[in-house]
Amino acid sequence: MSNNNQFTRRSLLKTAGGIALASGISAPAILRAQTADIIKIGHLTPRTGFLGPLGEYAVMAADLAVEEINAAGGIMGRKVELLKEDSVNPQTASTKAERMIERDKVACIIGEISSASCLTIAQVASRTKTLFINTGGNSDALRGKDCQRYMFHVESQNSMYVKTVGRSFLRDGLVKGKKWYSLTADYAFGHDLLKVSKRFMEANGGNFAGDDLVPTDATDFSAYLLKIREAKPDLVVINLAGNQITNFLKQYAEFGLTFPVGGFGFDTALAWAAGKGNFVGTWPVVWHHLLDTPGSKAFVAAFTKKYNKPPENQAWGDYVATKIVAKTINDLKSAESPKIIEHFEKGAKFDILKTREGYFRSSDHQLMHEMYAVTALPADKIKNQWDIFASSPAVPGPSEDLEIIAATKEENSCTFPS
Amino acid sequence: MSAMLLAQQILNGLLDGVYYLLIALGLSLIFSLGGIVNLAHGAFYAIGAYLTLVLSPYLGFGGSFVVAPVVVALMGVVIERTLFRRFYRSDPILSLLMTFGLAMVAEQALRMIFGAPPLSYSIPPWLRGQVAIGSFIYSFYRVVLLGIAITCIAALWLLLQKTSFGRVVRAGVQNPDMVGALGISLQPYMSAVAALGIGLAGLAGVLLAPIYSIHPAMGQEIITPAFVVVVIGGLGSFWGVVAAALLVGLVKGVMVGIGYSAASTAAIYLLMLLVLLFRPRGLFGERITRFE
Repeated sequence: MSNNNQFTRRSLLKTAGGIALASGISAPAILRAQTADIIKIGHLTPRTGFLGPLGEYAVMAADLAVEEINAAGGIMGRKVELLKEDSVNPQTASTKAERMIERDKVACIIGEISSASCLTIAQVASRTKTLFINTGGNSDALRGKDCQRYMFHVESQNSMYVKTVGRSFLRDGLVKGKKWYSLTADYAFGHDLLKVSKRFMEANGGNFAGDDLVPTDATDFSAYLLKIREAKPDLVVINLAGNQITNFLKQYAEFGLTFPVGGFGFDTALAWAAGKGNFVGTWPVVWHHLLDTPGSKAFVAAFTKKYNKPPENQAWGDYVATKIVAKTINDLKSAESPKIIEHFEKGAKFDILKTREGYFRSSDHQLMHEMYAVTALPADKIKNQWDIFASSPAVPGPSEDLEIIAATKEENSCTFPS
Repeated sequence: MSAMLLAQQILNGLLDGVYYLLIALGLSLIFSLGGIVNLAHGAFYAIGAYLTLVLSPYLGFGGSFVVAPVVVALMGVVIERTLFRRFYRSDPILSLLMTFGLAMVAEQALRMIFGAPPLSYSIPPWLRGQVAIGSFIYSFYRVVLLGIAITCIAALWLLLQKTSFGRVVRAGVQNPDMVGALGISLQPYMSAVAALGIGLAGLAGVLLAPIYSIHPAMGQEIITPAFVVVVIGGLGSFWGVVAAALLVGLVKGVMVGIGYSAASTAAIYLLMLLVLLFRPRGLFGERITRFE
């Protein structure tokens, strides 16, 4: 019996050891994160699908930022490790965010382009009390009815895009008493943008000659172009997204239409893909590679050296967001999300490669910063495949409050769920 | 909306359908003869577009137009000899899985070679401009495109109907065992059909590169409507697929034309559903014993 007892005890020990080993194998990330001298940051963005091309720039920029942060001594003396995943769709984005936070113990999540995926990631972020910085989702709803305390936005909201390029349209006399024809991507982002652009148009005395929703899988715009030609609008307004913008621009040139074109959502990569002669119109951007500030020049030079092509505006978002996180954690000497959020909400200012520093507005967590309207250059003035547009001065101007282009409380109000 | 605009939309919709046709005819041909559901067909369309981009600086658009489809067709032969061949006698679900994987490999390869961002390519200057057909003003490039597509479709039909090659292929679709019993090996015909079908997809890639965005996932955009066309048209029916492509283009165009653009994609799926409910064999589908 005593032998038996001893045997049982030994086997008990073995079992306990086995369990300890097994849990060690099943959660190696936790052990590493707690003991080793690295700090993990999660990066989630669409890398396939119609937003994939932009996501690729986001990933390249986040990689560059981390490389620079590590070269400068890392975060709190720890080396930064970037965990990168394709967010695919809202469901997958949420699952992957959960895994990054719970299994890999990332300090925060940066990224995303789709407004719909931003929403599901933000829900995970709130539940797990982990910071999420949105670098590409534009919808006002994310800063309004769907706002979350743990979500901050480096990407501008639709209202900021509309009011930025709206100034150019007002200056060119394309709003008051004019007819617009709009094409809108038929999903969350497009609907939100249509609502905001309609508000702007009505407030400034314009009206619609036509207004079509375009399925996100549409590649051929000929049917729409025939309608636009018949309607003879004063301005063609493009509220499309991703490759749709490139398709539209190529076919607009193909059909030889000459009505002024503008849009309220835009990415420079899509203009580059449309190419010289096809790219027309005036469009808003959060940033572009021709910006004449020391910070932007250094970023463009480093990016071009590493990847042999200039960064587009999505790259700026992920680069700046990563740098903001590193600086904040270093300043606070803490990687705890609640402390970072408190710091952001107090109005901490950050160098964002522009003439003025930016800060997160505490009421909706939107980054307040300068934006630009870019206008396509005529074909004979284009010297290379990248520099195909001219930029407006920064909007708002140097003497104006940064908040004047953002949605007002009446237009879009946020109450953080407690 | 004026009657004039409606007429324009109908015409434009029919033209739009012709682009699907280049993809759908190849799909239908490969499926009819070998029982392979080629989900990688869109990938060859993308490869055709990227080849145009690569070859144009050396050969111009005209040269790429000749060379790129031939290169894609040769790829088709290699794929047929190494992969398709193993699946002719097996459950279609297996070939479906194989081609699904092939499509992903091809897309990712394009992403690795050319990068994810879309690349620019324009209509060559000599093909730009507008033509007026009465009061209907239309893109000259699309008129040219239509001419090329119709020529290809007519040539394919003549090949299948009027030559001994076509007779063997048509016999092979109906009864491969009997063809074998008559002492004719179907293998070279299978390779030729894969080359034709996949080459046509490559040609569609060349033709659409100047007007569509060129990116690694562009194949996915075209493969779904092409499948809808094949299902509506019916297996083994050349004219069924032609009619279905025109019908799909027409329905989409008219939906946009009359102001229901948001439902334009849904409408073609609804059309497919109706055809499947009331005529499961497709509009002009023939009875093929081994698929019943």
